[in-house]
Amino acid sequence: MGSSAEVRTQAQAAAPATERVNDFTIQVATVNGTGSQSSNNVLMRAIFQMGVPVSGKNMFPSNIKGLPTWFAVRLSKDGYVARRKELDVSVCMNPKTARKDLAWLEPGGLCVYDAPLALEGVRSDVRYLGVPFAKLMERIPNADNRLRTLLVNMAYVGVLAELLRIEEAEIERALGKQFKSKPKAVSLNMQAVKLGAEYARGHFQGACGYRVERMQATAGKIIVDGNTAAAIGALLGGCGVLAWYPITPSSSLCEALIDLAGKYRVEPESGLKTFAAVQAEDELASIGMVLGAAWAGARAMTATSGPGISLMSEWAGYAYYAEIPAVIVDVQRAGPSTGLPTRTQQADLLQVYYLSHGDTKQLCVIPGTVQECCELTAAAFDFAERFQAPVFVLSDLDLGMNNWMSDPFPYPERPLDRGKVLTEERLRELAKQGKPYYRYEDADADGIPYRTLPGNAHPDAAFLTRGSGHDWKGQYTEDPAEYRHNLDRIARKYETARAALPAPVLEGDLEAEVGLLAFGSTHAAVLEARDRLDAAGVPTAYLRLRALPPHAEVEAFVRRRRVVYLIEQNRDAQMKTILKSELPPELAPRLKSILHYGGMPIDARTVVEAVRAGEGGS
Amino acid sequence: MSAPGKPKANRIGLPREAYTGGPSTLCPGCGHDSITNEIVAAFFELGIPPHRVAKFSGIGCSSKTPGYFLSRAQGLNGTHGRMPSVATGANLANRALKPIGVTGDGDTASIGLGQFCHLLRRNVELVYVIENNGVYGLTKGQFSATADLGSEHKSGGVNQQTPIDCCRLAIEMGCGFVARGFSADRAQMVELLKAALNFPGTALIDAISPCVTFNNHPSSTKSYAYVKAHEIVLHEVGFVEDAAPLPDPKLAPGETRELELHGGARIRLKKLAADYDPTRRLGALQALEEAEGGGAVLTGLLYFDASRKPFAEQCRLVETPLAGLPSESLRLPREALNEIMADLM
Repeated sequence: MGSSAEVRTQAQAAAPATERVNDFTIQVATVNGTGSQSSNNVLMRAIFQMGVPVSGKNMFPSNIKGLPTWFAVRLSKDGYVARRKELDVSVCMNPKTARKDLAWLEPGGLCVYDAPLALEGVRSDVRYLGVPFAKLMERIPNADNRLRTLLVNMAYVGVLAELLRIEEAEIERALGKQFKSKPKAVSLNMQAVKLGAEYARGHFQGACGYRVERMQATAGKIIVDGNTAAAIGALLGGCGVLAWYPITPSSSLCEALIDLAGKYRVEPESGLKTFAAVQAEDELASIGMVLGAAWAGARAMTATSGPGISLMSEWAGYAYYAEIPAVIVDVQRAGPSTGLPTRTQQADLLQVYYLSHGDTKQLCVIPGTVQECCELTAAAFDFAERFQAPVFVLSDLDLGMNNWMSDPFPYPERPLDRGKVLTEERLRELAKQGKPYYRYEDADADGIPYRTLPGNAHPDAAFLTRGSGHDWKGQYTEDPAEYRHNLDRIARKYETARAALPAPVLEGDLEAEVGLLAFGSTHAAVLEARDRLDAAGVPTAYLRLRALPPHAEVEAFVRRRRVVYLIEQNRDAQMKTILKSELPPELAPRLKSILHYGGMPIDARTVVEAVRAGEGGS
Repeated sequence: MSAPGKPKANRIGLPREAYTGGPSTLCPGCGHDSITNEIVAAFFELGIPPHRVAKFSGIGCSSKTPGYFLSRAQGLNGTHGRMPSVATGANLANRALKPIGVTGDGDTASIGLGQFCHLLRRNVELVYVIENNGVYGLTKGQFSATADLGSEHKSGGVNQQTPIDCCRLAIEMGCGFVARGFSADRAQMVELLKAALNFPGTALIDAISPCVTFNNHPSSTKSYAYVKAHEIVLHEVGFVEDAAPLPDPKLAPGETRELELHGGARIRLKKLAADYDPTRRLGALQALEEAEGGGAVLTGLLYFDASRKPFAEQCRLVETPLAGLPSESLRLPREALNEIMADLM
């Protein structure tokens, strides 16, 4: 190869004639552990503050230092927040992946790279700016090498700000938010931003083809990850005990909850807490603690991921049969086994829905947005106590760990529903009416029995909770009729729950003969795909499931369609398996699967292409 | 009075029957049934209202026993080896309950060894009774992890694995109340239970409880005959409830020693044959090691240290049980949500 100066003049795409405004994707490729996360957050937030809809996807390895990591910021003037595979602006900082990263760039794209990587000339259909980041950072006085390495990340933000016209004041504001308590860090980072911007100003000629322009589409919105949202939901739901074991991608939920509880569940004078958090020795213990706390009358939860769910299986069956409330958030990651711990999937459905041995079926709620992560986690506590059963919140890594734009969460208007609990006083009244209390009696013909809490002094109150066979009085039994009587009542309880859990959401062209059926984090991609399919002449009706057992509305939805594309992020079409077992057999053939399970979040294009192929289009 | 000197009702006016449970379905002569009676006696004598008690157990013969005592207390017969986690959660939810857990050597030393250790590390308030017979009874006679090295199985097998001494393990794990009892030594067991029920933290009683069906043969160190022949009682244990009791006039100075429990209650240890200081950790471990080597069974209060905070206090919980908090205290206030939302904008 010739000198870099020659390459630069020879192998660069011409300056574009038009500019893409507020509708492109930036990807930053760095080495894990070099501190790029805060600068990526600042980049995303600065664009958000300019009123432009953004979403961020952090694609990180199961590693603390050294492996490659990517962060993608999508700008969408139309408000789409799903992952977009196509990359327009690429910041290549990682020598190990730079060539591949560059290969992914769309023709006409912009590549900002660390100068020693000498990427120019690798492709001639993109534009380049090589930046000698390390050298540039030497101009920051009083900084050691470690600090300078960190500041490089802010320097690429400065380069992008200059090239894409992100307002410097908004970067400074975003930095202020990032380093709340450290004003010195803000000014230091701003020096790096300015050096980056200055370098870009002096070394890049003409327009780069992409521009951020102020809009008014994010006013009043928040940016939050689903795990933080669920933590907020837990406190709105009145959670009092958290027991957990660290596991990606659910740890940040528990940590956020502990932080929030540390602020909002402390009595100001005494400093004593109304919230207990236990880091347990394993997931067997965390679910055991949750059940102990819930049995004693507190609202309790745990959060975990697939491997933890496997360990909780035994207690989940106990809670189902002994009828103890529990809230279990499963932030799903890619399996099987250890799988891809830092990648997303919706592949725990079958395991969770049927969790534990024997005839068990579990109640699940499935949030599709960060707002629902909050709302459904809060509601899960009501469902758990109302149905005296474990309630699983099926989130996933994409929803849980990525940053999403959302409307602020509304305050719940309904009071907490503590379910059927008989107090001492109520037992006295019942005794007066000649009605003795029995733990597993179906007194209201809805399958839901009444419970009493430990500490209740009434002589009728006490019973021994057990996972062994019991009759409607709570007594041990091996009698077939008594055993079945109780088991059938629990089945009735689940039918009551089916109708009471969050109903599916129907949208789109309600008359369309083509249906889209999805759930969870797939929602964002489906919304975007629906618009594109509409534009391509394929109108669709869209039903989003939000709970298991599936609501009766699912059947009505499928019955009205010629075909229903069931979109899921797993290999085995797990939701289809569940629905096929619950729908009338003649409807099952109408379900066609669109499956996405590589570990990256699903994008709209995947859905559009699959539906168009299925509909005979191109 | 049918039994002179024994009151029919305790100090809260309840008869002994208020502390009993359903009929036992264990084998006649089972050591566990004696312990059940000892538990009834301890609660009755302490005058604890039964509804303030929470009973926990795992799986196995021993774990059935919460059905046989204090039927007016709520209980949870859980899963195999996982009783400690349930008791931990319940304690965090309601500190006002007096919790007792009954498990066996299979529950504790095999499937639940992890939870047992972590319970002790946390010092969760709980009386933890191991009904230790060295054998799996309910599944018909397999060796447990406390079975003696070299002991013989009914079908001829010999145990070649070293037994786990739950008391030594408990001392290692930081447990501050470690006792060993014998189901047939009622007086000692009742006093140990009463003291344990007043200990601020996890109080472990490893109760040797012979299995008459599968492990009562002469080669078993968990048989009635063996324990009776080899038991070394470290001291006479007495539970003293009042804050300022008078010393027993019959005892010479230096013959008794008192250890402080909760709220002024004390354990009074009356010296027997040799000196034994239960506040010395290394001494306790050494005594257990030496006893094992000599084939002796030490009973009594092996180790005592009340200096650690119980778990609920480590968690800095409010005095009011979390389970009793009203909805207003549980749900995040509207202003707090607004504040959080503003921060995310």
